[in-house]
Amino acid sequence: MKRYLSVVWAVLWKDLRIELRSKDIFTSMAVFAVLAVMIFNFAFELRVPDKTVVIPGVLWVTITFSGVLGLGRAFISEKDRGSIAGLLLAPVDRSAIYFGKMLASLIFILVVEAFLLPLMVIFFNTNFISLPLILLLFLGTLGFAAVGTIFSGLAVNTRTREILLPVLLFPVMLPVLMAGIRATIGFMEGDALADMMKWFNLIIFFDILYIVVAYLTFDYVVEE
Amino acid sequence: MTTPLIEVVHLRKAFGRHRVLKGIDMSIEAGSSVVMFGPNGAGKTTFLRILSTLSKPTSGTVRVSGVDIKNNPEGIRQYLGLVSHAPLLYDDLTAYENLRFYARLYDLDAPHDRIRELLERVGLWHRRHDLVRTFSRGMVQRMAIARALLHNPPILLLDEPDTGLDPQAAEMMTDLLREIGGSERTIIMTTHHLERGLELADRVVMLVGGLIVFDAPASDIAYDQLRPLYDQYVGEGAVT
Repeated sequence: MKRYLSVVWAVLWKDLRIELRSKDIFTSMAVFAVLAVMIFNFAFELRVPDKTVVIPGVLWVTITFSGVLGLGRAFISEKDRGSIAGLLLAPVDRSAIYFGKMLASLIFILVVEAFLLPLMVIFFNTNFISLPLILLLFLGTLGFAAVGTIFSGLAVNTRTREILLPVLLFPVMLPVLMAGIRATIGFMEGDALADMMKWFNLIIFFDILYIVVAYLTFDYVVEE
Repeated sequence: MTTPLIEVVHLRKAFGRHRVLKGIDMSIEAGSSVVMFGPNGAGKTTFLRILSTLSKPTSGTVRVSGVDIKNNPEGIRQYLGLVSHAPLLYDDLTAYENLRFYARLYDLDAPHDRIRELLERVGLWHRRHDLVRTFSRGMVQRMAIARALLHNPPILLLDEPDTGLDPQAAEMMTDLLREIGGSERTIIMTTHHLERGLELADRVVMLVGGLIVFDAPASDIAYDQLRPLYDQYVGEGAVT
């Protein structure tokens, strides 16, 4: 187990270190998120009397689309540099590589979310941030990163990889996305946390499902 | 009679309808240096990718120390080092960080000492804190060799390691490969450069169209004989 975690940490450290130097993933995700929020803000400004109606959808859609940019880079950069062979040649359980890359993607998306939330508060002039919402976002992002990383590994060996990733990812992510939006609406309307538990449970169920399936299939996904 | 370190039996590989390897049989003794020549598309890279467990054969068997690699790929990888056209390094990490990362993957006991030893050996210790993106092609390939040797693998696979190197850098690499070879390590190398390949080889193999068309001890053949032979199998002007 110690060895397994050491490999997870090594891959995570490597991806974070590279991103801290290059800022490729964060920049593209953050710029996209800002632009998306701005466009949504202008698009809805004149027509929606209550902005809280649109905030949950804008939040989750922005996270999803900007997240796809980051997830796409998770394996594309490894493939383009040829360094993926170096990872696959290592005498390690390949699922440890998956978890390292998944955690890196999770952190990248969470950092963008930390940047996105206050930005949306400013743009929509409504403070909707709360601790349960942050927990909800974390759980939703975990599922997103879990399934996105495996699909990124799958798509990277195809010629249409940029298109294939969202085409595969969005339908599979739909339950988490719907539950996230419904729970966010509930929080903004002041519903009790107990009433929200069904959405939390649904997201946790899909998180576990995605992680288990990814763990079991990653070796086959990265095989030539 | 000793058991060969690597045994390849009826190895075939196809990508869809395209058959790349059409039945390779080969035994490689421990400590030998096998150099494989062949034109582009002959199947050299595919052969090395299968040996390195990066690709699975369509049919046939590869055994390392008597163990079928498909039964224990994770265990076999501990015994393999690979240098390919791509250096398998990260441009945005320093030389030291790259090797430190791979040292973690290979679970090395004293990574700092080993990294220092290898970087000194390839003449890059003084550049250890520089990003790999600032290195020349020759330096990157020397780094790639250091990476492949990090866990001191008994089998080293080299897929055209001299591609893109200027003559001086290629000469430096040849010296380095000669130094790291020896009786302890088995080397299987592919190259288009006949003279350089022959210099490093104990055994010469020619792969054309997914089949071995020539296989002989390097001591039995001189460069003057090898070139016309290669031209005969591959075609005039196909080599450096």
